Amino acid sequence: MPTLIRWRDGRAELAEDAFTHVADDQDVASGDVIISLSRFQADGDRLLHEGRKVGVRLTSEEAVEALTYDLPRIAVVALEFPKYRDGRHYTNARLLRERFAFTGEVRAVGDVLREQAGFMVRCGFDAFEPADGAGSQEWDAAARRYRHVYQRAADTRIPAYVERE
Amino acid sequence: MYRYDTIDREMLADRAAEFRSQVGRRLAGDLSEDQFKPLRLMNGLYLQLHAYMLRIAIPYGSMNPIQLRKLAWIARTYDRGYGHFTTRTNLQFHWIKLRDAPDILDELASVDMHAIQTSGNCIRNVTADPYAGATAEEVDDPRVWAEAIRQWSTFHPEFSFLPRKFKIAVTAAPKDRTAARVHDIGLVLKRARDGALGFEVIVGGGMGRTPHIGPTIREFLPVNRLMSYLEAILRVYNRHGRRDNIYKARIKILVAALGVEEFTRQVEAEWLKMDAQAEGGVDLPDTELARIRGAFAPTGFESLPLQSEPLELEKAANPAFARFVRNNLKPHKKPGYGIVEISLKAVGETPGDATADQMDVVADLAERYGQGDIRVTHEQNLVLPHVKLDDVPAVWAGLREAGLATPNINLVSDIIACPGLDYCALANARAIPVAQNIAEKFRDEERAELIGELKIKISGCINACGHHHVGHIGILGVDKKGEEFYQLTLGGSGAEDAALGTILGPALPYDRVADAVDTLVDVYLRERTDGERFLDTFRRTGVAPFKEAVYADAH
Repeated sequence: MPTLIRWRDGRAELAEDAFTHVADDQDVASGDVIISLSRFQADGDRLLHEGRKVGVRLTSEEAVEALTYDLPRIAVVALEFPKYRDGRHYTNARLLRERFAFTGEVRAVGDVLREQAGFMVRCGFDAFEPADGAGSQEWDAAARRYRHVYQRAADTRIPAYVERE
Repeated sequence: MYRYDTIDREMLADRAAEFRSQVGRRLAGDLSEDQFKPLRLMNGLYLQLHAYMLRIAIPYGSMNPIQLRKLAWIARTYDRGYGHFTTRTNLQFHWIKLRDAPDILDELASVDMHAIQTSGNCIRNVTADPYAGATAEEVDDPRVWAEAIRQWSTFHPEFSFLPRKFKIAVTAAPKDRTAARVHDIGLVLKRARDGALGFEVIVGGGMGRTPHIGPTIREFLPVNRLMSYLEAILRVYNRHGRRDNIYKARIKILVAALGVEEFTRQVEAEWLKMDAQAEGGVDLPDTELARIRGAFAPTGFESLPLQSEPLELEKAANPAFARFVRNNLKPHKKPGYGIVEISLKAVGETPGDATADQMDVVADLAERYGQGDIRVTHEQNLVLPHVKLDDVPAVWAGLREAGLATPNINLVSDIIACPGLDYCALANARAIPVAQNIAEKFRDEERAELIGELKIKISGCINACGHHHVGHIGILGVDKKGEEFYQLTLGGSGAEDAALGTILGPALPYDRVADAVDTLVDVYLRERTDGERFLDTFRRTGVAPFKEAVYADAH
């Protein structure tokens, strides 16, 4: 099971991951699962009726708008970074939080590095599967390195221009 | 001038500490070069042909004497005693050692400077009119908005991994000294009939392999909505800009692919949705805008007569000084003041280079005569924006002693050139020696002045860092079977009459470029009518007479 880091009350902590990632060519495991968007569109209703929690994994080509009407039923939206340089999911995370008021888990998976921790937390991610071996301490230090921020985002941090008032 | 407060300073301190730990991990072998590369690039540190290059941000090209002296000190201590001012109004050091980089960032932070977002696929250093706050042409001070953009774009969590780099220019004058129409976003401040301030928003200009003159997507955006509108543009780009091909990833390609109308529709739709959810939105409150505006309030201007007697006397007595005044002194909005341009294009020197000693001289002159204000232009020169006309003779004397009084602003030898094959790993050909050869050819100042405004821009490869597409004469270095050749274009402009150059004909070998420019100038002098610049004549006659003359011996 990969390390799962959760962001809770402004800190990073290690967490048990109840979810199993299921690839499209695998049978769906028992328990809580994270599946692709296409699989969710095909099997989502059935899996949810079985009483388990379901998460949906989006590639960076897929738009969060595809999930708009399903969000209340989804426990996790896992945004998969094919490369750390692909920044589309920063927008997707903000839209989930700010536009669609999604209160479930927004998880960063794929090429997830500690150098991105601060940006991810600010855009509304609250769970992380680091690909660089970072533990909760490293993640916490990276995400909280900066004492100030200059702009509003999906978090509750107060931008510099409000601090100055 | 804007002064950093505790918050701005702590941002820099945190950044410097982060980079020190990253370099430590690299030097200890905990990070491979592959892993370290994105981290150093986020701090403006490139690995070039011979050494590391450190690119230091000079936000909207504005700095004070303390900062310039620090750059001089860094040049002496950690580099080879000089630095290179770039077309992004930044400063590059080309001979940096990795182990020194954290110390350099600390030194920079001690004078409120940094290398943040001078590389990488993020929002780069914002540029502005170098005459801001000094020219009578402007409707308002563009630095207010450039500073607001600096803060908004710094460590923006959503826009730090864009498809490609992103450059924004702000100007408030009809005469465009920022090349706004060849930026990812160009902002031109305007005043409506009722006096309200707003921006003309230009998106999708650019150079590189596929040059575009940017279209206007909004004629008038109320100034206080700037940040949310920028955020909408960046969001559409971040989501839909191409990521499969580095050469098609700039926003100009997206705008061209969607069409201006559709792109604009998407931006406006996104902006409206943001508006609907705007609870404490991203637009800056008036209090913050007022705070920033206050930092740029004019200070220290005296009531002076329009004409200066000492200046007129010196002009009459000293032809060299008179020439400097004609070419390098520009009108100021306050009577009795002038804008002094300092050319970094002396014959035989590298365009944009300044030695540590020269930097110190400029810092001293700015402190003594220029209200402590120094600007960098995208044409790689420096500006003292507020000099009393009475003091211009003293400033000139100080500059001349330092080899900085070259009277060639906007003339044939005021050439933009990228570092080219002398430094850059991407280049196909040298650019600096081509500029030097041309400057040498037009060494006669009398003749250069007779030729008048002529902007030559040289790039050592198709990435167009030397802006050749928008040169009145553009020169592009290409590699032909291992030999350096140069393709000439005519009729480009990066100013308010923006246009892309037309190819003259087959590329020329290195040793024929300066002669060809000489021939082009001869054709212009023969063809021109009263008051025409090179560009005007070219636009009237077309390429034919120029082409014929340059390739005559090939027939």
